[in-house]
Amino acid sequence: MMVAPVTPKSWYLPSKPHKFCPGCGHGIVLKALGEAIDDLQIQDKTVFGCDIGCSLLSWDFFACDSTQTHHGRTTPVMVGIKRSRPELITIGYMGDGGGYSIGSQHLLNAAVRNEKVTLILVNNTNYGMTGGQMAPTTLPGQKTETSPYGRDPEETGYPTKGPEFLAEVTPEGAYIARATVSKYNQLRRFVRNALRNQIDGNGFSFVEVLSTCPTNWRTNAQQTWRFLEDEMEQYFPVGELKSPFGKGGAK
Amino acid sequence: MRNVIEGSKKAFITGNEAVAWATLVAEADIMFGYPITPQNEVMHYWTRLAPKHGRGFLQTEDEISAGFTVCGAVQAGKKAFTATAGPGNVLMQEPFGMAEAMRLPLVAIIQQRGGPSSGTVIYSQQEVTLTTFGGNGEGHRVVYSTATHQEMYDYTIKAFNTAWKYRFPTFVLGDGYQAKMREPLDMYNPADKGIKMVKPYPLVGLDGQIGENREPQHLNNIYSLEEELYDAVLEFVKDYEAMTPDVTEYSADQCEDADIIILSHGVVSRAADDAVKILRSQGIKAGSFRPITLRPFPSQELRNVISNSNAKTLLIAESAYGQLDRLVKQEIYGETVNIENLFMPGVGIIDYDIANKVKSIL
Repeated sequence: MMVAPVTPKSWYLPSKPHKFCPGCGHGIVLKALGEAIDDLQIQDKTVFGCDIGCSLLSWDFFACDSTQTHHGRTTPVMVGIKRSRPELITIGYMGDGGGYSIGSQHLLNAAVRNEKVTLILVNNTNYGMTGGQMAPTTLPGQKTETSPYGRDPEETGYPTKGPEFLAEVTPEGAYIARATVSKYNQLRRFVRNALRNQIDGNGFSFVEVLSTCPTNWRTNAQQTWRFLEDEMEQYFPVGELKSPFGKGGAK
Repeated sequence: MRNVIEGSKKAFITGNEAVAWATLVAEADIMFGYPITPQNEVMHYWTRLAPKHGRGFLQTEDEISAGFTVCGAVQAGKKAFTATAGPGNVLMQEPFGMAEAMRLPLVAIIQQRGGPSSGTVIYSQQEVTLTTFGGNGEGHRVVYSTATHQEMYDYTIKAFNTAWKYRFPTFVLGDGYQAKMREPLDMYNPADKGIKMVKPYPLVGLDGQIGENREPQHLNNIYSLEEELYDAVLEFVKDYEAMTPDVTEYSADQCEDADIIILSHGVVSRAADDAVKILRSQGIKAGSFRPITLRPFPSQELRNVISNSNAKTLLIAESAYGQLDRLVKQEIYGETVNIENLFMPGVGIIDYDIANKVKSIL
């Protein structure tokens, strides 16, 4: 007998099953986000915005008002909505290319201004939608379509550590964390904190989520998980970098 | 909303200040902007006036962000606008394109400066092509080209109504002269002139409970299939063409018996009107035609004016090297009237420039 999986109430069921590749981490992140929206009972006042890249496949993912923007531009669109209607809960959803490369000055300046938006950035170390090019987060030595011999930091620098630089530029009240799809309960807690922080009006809220891309990594299930846990999590330490809720605080 | 201006008020101010007052009386809720000359004083006046009237402002990190924050604000149901020029207008074409695709009623004031590149901070009519057809699409936008400070005021008010009634991004195309120089005008509240302001409404963040008494809104600007995009664009075309007769504006003066019609837009049309007077006083039958909307263009109106006149020649005068000329030629394709030009890119044109050109042609 087929048993339908338990899905968050805030998921939009007509768009399921979702459109991400098998083994992609986006589904896990969006499940954590859906459960957080349910927990906090904010479905009716949430505006979800997604970027270009694989993240855009979430444009009709939630039974929440949603809008899809351009590559890197979700941050200013969410800022525009939040500044106009502070009572709404705005969630920007983007990849590492959108957030750390083409949209980096929007991300940096929104953080400096302590904009009261929540941004979720999925880091899978490459541009997935366009076919696996090098991203700001590609690890040293990692092969991609535009670094076919492996990323050479001498030529293209070291991977961007987003939460670390955002923690430096944001004032107290901001919430900055890095999670991973390999630790689901922690991921859900961080995402919920990032929403709680906006609801409380404390400040800018940001979660980077380490995620998987077996299609472009060209890895099987075991290799995929090994790359995530052994290589990515080594380079990008998981945890809360800044939180108004105190160390380990869970809401 | 309390009256911003009591009764009608004579003023002697710059065009940028006129724009700030007009956005205020047009009930604009919020401005997003980034500094660039010659539009800066729109922000300067807005930031002084807005807090007194409960309106918002954010100086963004760049023009891309200013355009996209405006897109977000109008999606949230607020009357939002920006103002820019030159390279800023180039950067804003990305959000303007999104506004075309998602039918977002944004309003932008463009004060043209010289180009290409940084050009000058002074004046030009070189942002015609960019403002009318600058996106990676079909130019589904409304562009009003103003000639006086009174028009900057009037058409800024009108731009909000056009944008929110038809949901196409709407532009007021001025220039550095209009932005920076002072001129007398009448300022008023729209209601006092019988102008009813169109109420904004949200596209996201709607009232009600999802699944109980409403559906979630899913806005997008990207499609999986060629046919989906095709259907969407044809829908835009249909709406744009249905709107065109309602919003197209032009003016024509003394064209009926004219041997030559001077065609110009914006502030140059004032020189054209004066040139007509000079030429007529010298026995030369000249007339003038001015498109007020560059998008949609008054094509049929111009064709009618040409065919109802004696004119064998059309003189296109502009402070650009043929941007209006290209627009006109594609709009009146097939007309046999001779077309001459006076192209002065990035430089002001006065009545004698035009009158002398006319005499050299006839």
